[in-house]
Parts: sequence; C-alpha cells; structure tokens
Amino acid sequence: METESVIETQDLTKMYNGQAAVDRLSFRVKEGEIFGFLGPNGAGKTTTLLMLLGLTEPTSGTARVLNLDPTRDPIKVKTKIGYLQENMGFYGDLNARQMLQFIAELNGLAGKPADERIDRALGTVGLLDEASKKIAFYSRGMRQRLGIAELLIKDSKVAFFDEPTLGLDPDATNRMIELIQSLCRDKKITVLLSSHLLHQVQKICHRIGIMIKGRMVAQGPMDQLAKEKFGVGKEAYSLEEIYMKYFQEA
Amino acid sequence: MHSLVTIIKKELADHFSSYRFTIIFALIAMVSLITAYMVGLNIRKELEGVAKPQFIFLMLFTSTGTVFSLVQFVAFFGPLVGLILGFDTINREKNEGTLSKLLSQPIYRDAVINGKFLAGVALITIMMVSIVLVITGLGLIILGIVPGPEELGRIFIYLVISIIYISFWLGIAILFSIIFRSTATSALAALAVWIFFSFFVSIGANILANALTPGAGAANPDEIMWRAKIVKAFTLTSPMELYTDATATIIDPMRKSARSMVTMGPMESLSISRFSGPLSLSQSVLIVVPYIISLVAITIVCFAVSYTVFMRQEIRSL
Repeated sequence: METESVIETQDLTKMYNGQAAVDRLSFRVKEGEIFGFLGPNGAGKTTTLLMLLGLTEPTSGTARVLNLDPTRDPIKVKTKIGYLQENMGFYGDLNARQMLQFIAELNGLAGKPADERIDRALGTVGLLDEASKKIAFYSRGMRQRLGIAELLIKDSKVAFFDEPTLGLDPDATNRMIELIQSLCRDKKITVLLSSHLLHQVQKICHRIGIMIKGRMVAQGPMDQLAKEKFGVGKEAYSLEEIYMKYFQEA
Repeated sequence: MHSLVTIIKKELADHFSSYRFTIIFALIAMVSLITAYMVGLNIRKELEGVAKPQFIFLMLFTSTGTVFSLVQFVAFFGPLVGLILGFDTINREKNEGTLSKLLSQPIYRDAVINGKFLAGVALITIMMVSIVLVITGLGLIILGIVPGPEELGRIFIYLVISIIYISFWLGIAILFSIIFRSTATSALAALAVWIFFSFFVSIGANILANALTPGAGAANPDEIMWRAKIVKAFTLTSPMELYTDATATIIDPMRKSARSMVTMGPMESLSISRFSGPLSLSQSVLIVVPYIISLVAITIVCFAVSYTVFMRQEIRSL
C-alpha cells in the first residue's frame, strides 16, 4: 500500500550570496517513516530543515509539508512540526517544567490540560524527578530528552532532529535512538533525522538520503543504495561504506 | 496576539529575576530617595519665613538640592537604564540558540521583537512611576504640602515624556542587539551613541556656533541671535536636549520657553520680568508639544528600523 508523503520538495534551492547552499533538492518522506538525512557538515541539511519549517524562504522551487506550503503558511506548519535543533536552544535559567509551560503557551495550551500533558511527557522521557532543576545544569542527554518531551507537548505529527546524538555518551545515544524509534512506532510520528552516526542511522532508518554540497546524491532504502553502488544487497556493506563511496565520488 | 502576551510575560519574569535589573532598581531608588530628601530639606529651609510661592511641590523635581535634580538625573542616566535593559535582547538569544527555538514555535516573528520591546517599556514605566511616587510621598511628609490637580497633571505629563525618552534608548539598544552578534559590541556601540548625543553634541554645538559667528558681542546683536539659533538647531539632534526641552516648562511653570531666552540688554530683561506669573498647564504644553512629538517620532523611527531589520534577517544568521 502506498502511503502518503508528508514532506515533498521539488527543485528546492537556496542561494546565499550567490552560492547555492541547497541546490535543486527534490525528495520525499513518507508518512510514518524515519528518514535518515545524511551528509557532511555544511552540506545544506540545516538550511533544508529551516526551509521546510518556513523559517527561511527558498530562492526557488517548492516544498510541501503535510500538504501545506511552509513559505505561505508558516504558522500552521510550525504547529505540526517539532524541530529539535543541534544545541536544543532551551533557556538555561528556566527549569524543565517552566520551559515546557512556555512552549505549551506559545502553542495555545494553558491551564490544567497543559499541566497534565507536561507531566505525562516528562514521565515518558524520564525527567519527572528532575523537572524543577534549571536546564543550565542538565547534561546533554537530559536536554535531548527534554526536546522529545517538547515534541510530545506539541503533539507534533512530524519531527525534525538535527544531530540529536551529537556529543552524547554511548548510553545516552542509545537511549535517544530508542526514544526516536518509539516516537515513530507508538505515536506515528514521521521523523526526519540528520545525523553523522551512520551505525545508528542504519539501525533505525527506513530510508536514507545522502546530501552532498547542497545536492541529494542518493535516496532510498539502504538495500537499494547498496545495490546501486556495489551491486549487492545491504548485508554485504555497512552504511558507512556506502556513504564514503558516495562522498568520494561527489 | 496570544503569543505576544506570552512573550511579554516571559520577558518580564526574566527581567524581574535578573541581577541586572535589581541593581539598576536599587541604584535608582537610592538616588531618588536621597534626592527627594535633600531637595525637600533644602526647600523647607529656603521657604522659611517667605510667602508661599505657587507650585512648591514641583520644586521637588526641579530644584537642584545638593548636586542635581531628579529631572537632570533622568535626562542623564535614564538612557543608561534603557541601554542596559536592551543591549543584549536579540543577540543573547541568537548566541544561546534560543531564538530559533522560539521562532520554530507557531508564532509570528514580529511577536518576538514586539514582545521584547513592550516588556521593556512596561518595566521602564514601573520604574519611573515608582520613583516619582517615592518622591511625591517623601515630599508630602517633608514639606507637608499637598499637590494641586494642576501639579499632578504636570507630574503625569512629565512621567509620560520620561517613559518615551527612556524607551527611545531601549529601542536604540535593541537595534544594536539585532545588528551586532556579540553582546559586548552592541553594549559598547550603544554606550558610544549615548555619550555622543548626551555630551559631545552640546559641546560641539557651542564650538561650531562660536566658529561661525566670530563677531558676536554687545555691538552685534544679530550675530548673538545667529549663534543662539545655530546652537539650537545643532543640539536638537540630541535626544537628551529634546527631552530637557520637552520637560522644561512642564515641570517648571515659571519658565516661559523651552530654552533659556537670549535677552538683549536691560530693557528687554525688564520687559520680560514684568510677566513673571506662572504659565497655565495648557500654555506650558503648547510650548513643548513640538519637542514631545519629535521625541515620539524618533522613538517610533528607531523601533521601526529595528523591526524591519529583524524581520528581514536570514534565520541562518540567527
């Protein structure tokens, strides 16, 4: 059965000072899947995410998220997407509960229903005991989990993760990966995951896109990518080998 | 609208819990208390055995007691409050990455800058109102004189002008916090602008006027007029001058013009001294309306520039 695409871009281009940060990018993310968004630093992954959120206007081309145009309807798009940026961007002088309350209020949630939702979200990510501690004193892993709690508060349909495992210790990384997987499985959230940890990406992503110098050089399931490059199925090659092959050719 | 209120609430909460605000507030409260006390005592001593002049109450704000009056104090250091409240509004959030978190929530981008500006204005209002109330209260105790309705009206107008004046500097500080990425740079730039307009413009105006009218003297009254006009035109570029002029006749009904008048010899002084009664409130307002309008205008222009720059900035650079 063909599922609907949640994200679809057509020749999406973004120029910065005459240089293309994102160059005629076309890709699709289907409902309920985890899409691994790979590429070296500076390949234009974050810029793409910002365009999909309507935070930056594309120079040309179109993007559609949940059948909405992010450039025209940024508010509607932003209600439905949860965006977890690299450094999370939480206010250090608030505690977890205050931060989530602030986010809930910005999303039009207030009062008792909001508080209940916050409690549930904090419980899900295992931060209930530390909810009154200032975020400035949180470890990286805790911040990332708080980010997941934010997604739960917003009840997002789509989640963008920009390097969610950056600088995490192995245990926290695994925990994070499991949480992302459970979001997709239990809450039916479509996930767009940008990461450098190819080993983890390989484990959880349904499909993969490799972006190099603003262009999507490959997209599809692991199996298909491996066949394209090496002529055999994915069992024989790890994602890392496939990635390096694309990278060297580009 | 809803998100605007949320942002204002958060900004106010941030301000109230910050050390920066506590320190400014303590400083200003201290200064106003001391000023009111010194000035009050001074007035009481001066008025002993003298027939009671009108508008004693306003003297609390204008009389220079030992060092300076409250009006002078606000003119000089009010801007500093605005600058301190605003110099890192946007760039701190940029540097900590919280701005993109904020903007990735379903809110319009202008809610952020409007909310921050309005929260600052609210804070300035609270601050000014409490200072004026402290002085009024102390004045009641020390002088034992109740202000009349006209005096209250004047104090109210003075308050409004002061709030606009400090908000202008808040606007400048927010503008710099949008333009410069580093908070230190924006603070220094804002300070430089403050020092330039508050100190150098008036010095520069005098030097310029003296250079342009070398022949000014008793023999050449036209030149004296010219000199005064040049100084006036030049100093009007300074918000501090605008503010001093705007509050001049409001808080001091005995003054007849926004600036001190140039008098040409004893006959003219004599003719002016014949009209020594106080101005009515409406007449005082009439004199300073242009200054108030200019003050409002530069505040709006300054905020409009910040607004446009902020709305057009690429998120990538946020």
